[in-house]
Amino acid sequence: MKDIHSFLCSPADSTHRHGPHDRIVMSSRVRLARNLRDFSFPGWAKKPERVRVLDTILPAVSALPEMADSFAEAMDNLSALDKQLLVERHLISREHAAKNIGSGLVVNRAETFSVMINEEDHLRMQALRPGFQTREAWQAIDKLDSSLERKLNFAFDNELGYLTACPTNLGTGIRVSAMLHLPGLVLSEQINPIIQSVNKLGLAVRGLYGEGTEALGNVFQVSNQMTLGESETVIVERLEKVLSQIIEHEENARQTLLEKKPKVVFNHIGRAYGILANAHSISSKETMNLLSFLRLGVDMELFPGTERSLVDELFLITQPAHLQKQISDKLTAEERDLIRADMVRDRLKNVSRPVVKPSAGGAN
Amino acid sequence: MQCCVCKEKPATVHLTQIVGDKMQKLDLCEECAKAKGVNDPTSFAMADLMLGLGAAQELDAAAAGVELKCVRCGFSQADFKKSGRLGCPECYRTFAEGLSGLLKSMHKGTRHVGKAPEALRQSRDNVDRLKALQKKLAKAIDDENYEGAAALRDEIKMLGGTPAKSR
Repeated sequence: MKDIHSFLCSPADSTHRHGPHDRIVMSSRVRLARNLRDFSFPGWAKKPERVRVLDTILPAVSALPEMADSFAEAMDNLSALDKQLLVERHLISREHAAKNIGSGLVVNRAETFSVMINEEDHLRMQALRPGFQTREAWQAIDKLDSSLERKLNFAFDNELGYLTACPTNLGTGIRVSAMLHLPGLVLSEQINPIIQSVNKLGLAVRGLYGEGTEALGNVFQVSNQMTLGESETVIVERLEKVLSQIIEHEENARQTLLEKKPKVVFNHIGRAYGILANAHSISSKETMNLLSFLRLGVDMELFPGTERSLVDELFLITQPAHLQKQISDKLTAEERDLIRADMVRDRLKNVSRPVVKPSAGGAN
Repeated sequence: MQCCVCKEKPATVHLTQIVGDKMQKLDLCEECAKAKGVNDPTSFAMADLMLGLGAAQELDAAAAGVELKCVRCGFSQADFKKSGRLGCPECYRTFAEGLSGLLKSMHKGTRHVGKAPEALRQSRDNVDRLKALQKKLAKAIDDENYEGAAALRDEIKMLGGTPAKSR
């Protein structure tokens, strides 16, 4: 069995990838859903049919030039821990992590492409980019799709477009999304009205791991919902426009907070630092929520000499599967909390307490 | 009145939605309404999705004693109601009627705009070009421009079409 952990680059390297606006937009992705014309969708197909689909698609995807250096494996060959690790890296969905025989995965080492086979559709292929690069991600996945359609017979209808298992993905089969870090909007209590107005534009706002998950660490995913009746370019452009507006709102919220309520901001950041740098037992959820304020502190230059990548790396390696992978033994949740706290304290030992900005010393 | 999702708690949120000429009603309890993201009825256009294919249509089919089934994969309307997913690409043809209202409420339009597989795109372009050439040919013949017509006829033949006979 190949080890996904040693195949993928280290969390330290992966969090050093930079992209435009990455202080707010953590990553961009575009996913396309495709199905083979002559087979039942994965949720309805019997096991032998799913295996045949996997055996058809896996070699075709692995042979793509973009996948020259890739990890290709059937899901039943991956351990539960490996699957969880892939979820934490946002390379597969939680739904795909639950799959076994007849499902598969191809991911390249640079983590710029990830193709899930027999998730909800025969093919869910995604391009991932650091920072705000939705357009680049669309161009990359468009190209991958075009090379793949020469080898596979996709289910396509002139009227309805690409046919998908769920009618919500019909047509273009596209989902454009970005992961946003929005502590300013959360602290200034503007996040709910923003979410509502984004919803009204036909876009969805979700938590860290997509559908039905919490916005841990003030991280939100914004994505399109409608896939039929508009071209991919129009959908990408609308999302770009909305994302630019959210970025602007977040920047403004941070600025206003610093001017009007500096004590509230510094209190959150200072307490987050205090706990993270001194705790001896800490849950994954609390860690993420506090790291969000540490990240905000780095953005606000309260930790001179500390890079954002240090926080981003901690955000990744303190999650359960990443933590477990570094320690060989099986750990209980309580043991993990102890090790997590040790790890965070150790990483923060050279980070001094947040500076107090003289300009913001006013009453609150 | 019971919540139509969990079928346990009393329904306190009542939604009525009119899509086209069909009216749909949903009665939800507080929790299910929240879970489904129904706190703002104006942004909510998914009543169909939660209940499967248009309820009215299903009643019609049941009354007539026939249940629609996909000939290719055996998937039925009841299966769709359970999972919200279809069985195979062919299902879109089988359930076309029931799906059209659903698609209307779910998407921007009901006709695909955007990328198509290259092979199809080419043949589509070809059809369009042939149509345009046939038109030009008819006009050339009408105008008694026989030299132009001959050239157009050759071009149509080259694209694999049959030139229309002169009237």
